[in-house]
Amino acid sequence: MKLPETIRAAFVIARRDFTATVLSKTFLFFLLGPLFPIALGFIFGGIGAQVERNAAPATVVVVSSPADFAQLNAARNRLSPLATERPLVALHRVDPEPDADAQRQRLLTSADEPVLGVLEGGLFSPHFTGAVTADGRTVQQMKLFVDEARQHQAMPLTPGLPISVTLTRSSSGSVAFARNLTARAGQTILFVLTILLAGMLLSQLIEEKSNKVIEVLAAAVPVDAIFLGKLFAMLAMSLVGITVWTSAGAAAVAIYAKGGLGALPPPAVGWPAFLFFILLYFSMSYLLIGATFLGIGAQASTVREVQTLSMPVTMSQVILFGLASLGVGKPNSAEAIGAAIFPLSSPFAMVARAAEQEALWPHVLALAWQVLWVAIILKLASAIFRRSVLKSGPGWRWPWQRRKAA
Amino acid sequence: MGESVIAAEARDLVKDFDGKRAVDGVSLTVPEGSITGILGPNGAGKTTCLRMMLGIIDPSSGSRLLLGHDRPLEVAGEVGYLPEERGLYPAMLSAEAIAFMGALRGLPIAEGRRRAIALLKERGHEDWAKKPIRTLSKGMAQTVQLLGTIVHKPRLIVLDEPFAGLDALNQEKLEQLIRDQSAAGVTVIFSTHVIAHAERLCERVAIIAEGKSAFEGAVDEARSRLRPIVHLRTRAEDGPWQSALPPSAKKVGGEWRFELPEGGPEPLLKALIDGNAGIETLSIERPGLHDAFIAIAGEAAAREMGHVSAEAEAA
Repeated sequence: MKLPETIRAAFVIARRDFTATVLSKTFLFFLLGPLFPIALGFIFGGIGAQVERNAAPATVVVVSSPADFAQLNAARNRLSPLATERPLVALHRVDPEPDADAQRQRLLTSADEPVLGVLEGGLFSPHFTGAVTADGRTVQQMKLFVDEARQHQAMPLTPGLPISVTLTRSSSGSVAFARNLTARAGQTILFVLTILLAGMLLSQLIEEKSNKVIEVLAAAVPVDAIFLGKLFAMLAMSLVGITVWTSAGAAAVAIYAKGGLGALPPPAVGWPAFLFFILLYFSMSYLLIGATFLGIGAQASTVREVQTLSMPVTMSQVILFGLASLGVGKPNSAEAIGAAIFPLSSPFAMVARAAEQEALWPHVLALAWQVLWVAIILKLASAIFRRSVLKSGPGWRWPWQRRKAA
Repeated sequence: MGESVIAAEARDLVKDFDGKRAVDGVSLTVPEGSITGILGPNGAGKTTCLRMMLGIIDPSSGSRLLLGHDRPLEVAGEVGYLPEERGLYPAMLSAEAIAFMGALRGLPIAEGRRRAIALLKERGHEDWAKKPIRTLSKGMAQTVQLLGTIVHKPRLIVLDEPFAGLDALNQEKLEQLIRDQSAAGVTVIFSTHVIAHAERLCERVAIIAEGKSAFEGAVDEARSRLRPIVHLRTRAEDGPWQSALPPSAKKVGGEWRFELPEGGPEPLLKALIDGNAGIETLSIERPGLHDAFIAIAGEAAAREMGHVSAEAEAA
């Protein structure tokens, strides 16, 4: 049968499966599925926030005379009752030393006390140095303390910013760290989505087998088309779910996260391309792992058998994830390249590469490689299905069974 | 009769399952536009033969041609198939199920829906259209599947045990549907273990027993393998006229039964009259398909199908 006919037949099956799934009441539960871990996250996040509120506040070291510090600390104490949400930054004084730079450096790297920053220059020319954002909560609080202390002393308010701030510039190390973080996040997202969604393919042919519809399908279309149709349907259903979840997630980011995606560590290929790659590699990962699962699940004739298969299948996914994560942070290492070549871990490895390396051509190559393997796995799965389930041709035998038969 | 076009052909089909031979050299020729019955007891290999012909499974050896193609799925769009084990998605609406089966065989889904409604309406079942399959009775679901088998207007219909599970009324309706399809030029192949259906419908039959072809040809040809049976009842218990009876003549329930001798009825009649046998009743019966089946496939196969000869029954 020609390829277009196989594709046409696959779409007929995909349309049936897709509508049967998406229009069922249970699909709503599928869409709401991610809400459960999110709800748990909120609960535990709330507890975490409570713990944080109750924990000792961050400390800023003030390098000043005892008199200046007393005024600043008094200002802090006057403002403290107003801070109900979170405790104010704690202040700690040290005497100025002759080498101010060395003293500042020493204070910032102090292991004795978690120091958020160092305030120098007293109330007249205050200067804050620290690993904070310029308009973040810590700097704002320090501004308030200084303003309050000045007003209390009837000192003139300084126009503009009362505190000059020095922030550390980003380094190559911090960029690498950020990309590494994005690579791991990308892999994790891909892994979680695949493990959640591809497992469903294990039981895809059980319905047809138990309803005896498989005979109707197998008489009308090639088994390849049945497998491909099932794969397309579940991929489309997964993409519907992902679209809903991503939209909800994007809305949440827009509402709650300042700067949206821009606030997250940027991947090497940029956010638009990275998101596109995540979608592509999810599809490929789904098709590769899904085709394998479909083939394995097609051998099962009962739900019980499928359930028994679920555990080893899930564990194999974890192994694939582990294999791909070996190469994160070292994209040109043997581990990373090996994971990119091995078909089932390739999408995970390539998502990490998209976060870490700017070159686009390896992705074209990898996608073509993955498509080829989807076709190979599907062909193999349908051939095994025809032989072992439909009993067409000589039945499948393990090597030792073949020897015995001979 | 001119040279007919062949709709389906099988030559020496063999199928082994796990080392066991299920079909052993079955051959079959189905002329276009004919109704052909495949007869045999359960487990004879009928379904396996049909599945090989349709390309669901490949034969271990032998060849097949379906509408001129040796790869049957290439002509799936021109074939309709009702499997022995009926299969429909329980949640699907009836009209949708019919359209889906058409779509599998290349019929656009919208056209399939339109035809599904029309087919249901023709049979007075338009109220089924929006009913999910799971709400239908077994017979209703079977009708829906049958309509799904013909919705794409195939050239060849293959029905595997289509009468199984149907009540008498629905069996009659199905027989009429098969006749209608045949009248429209569609070739019909069906398997059955009920000889009466084949006798009423078929022009040709293939008899399969224990995986092997026992007979393949026209129904009349099968019948002509047997001599007509003479049923004779006489007033005289014995007499010289008895020597005119063939050696195979048996007395069953006060009646003589034997195959009509090669020389015809005249010498027998003369001997009976001359010998004062006192003929009470004399009839010559043309053998039915079930007699032919017993003669061809054997008593054991007939017993498995629930058909036994009068002699065997009496014994």
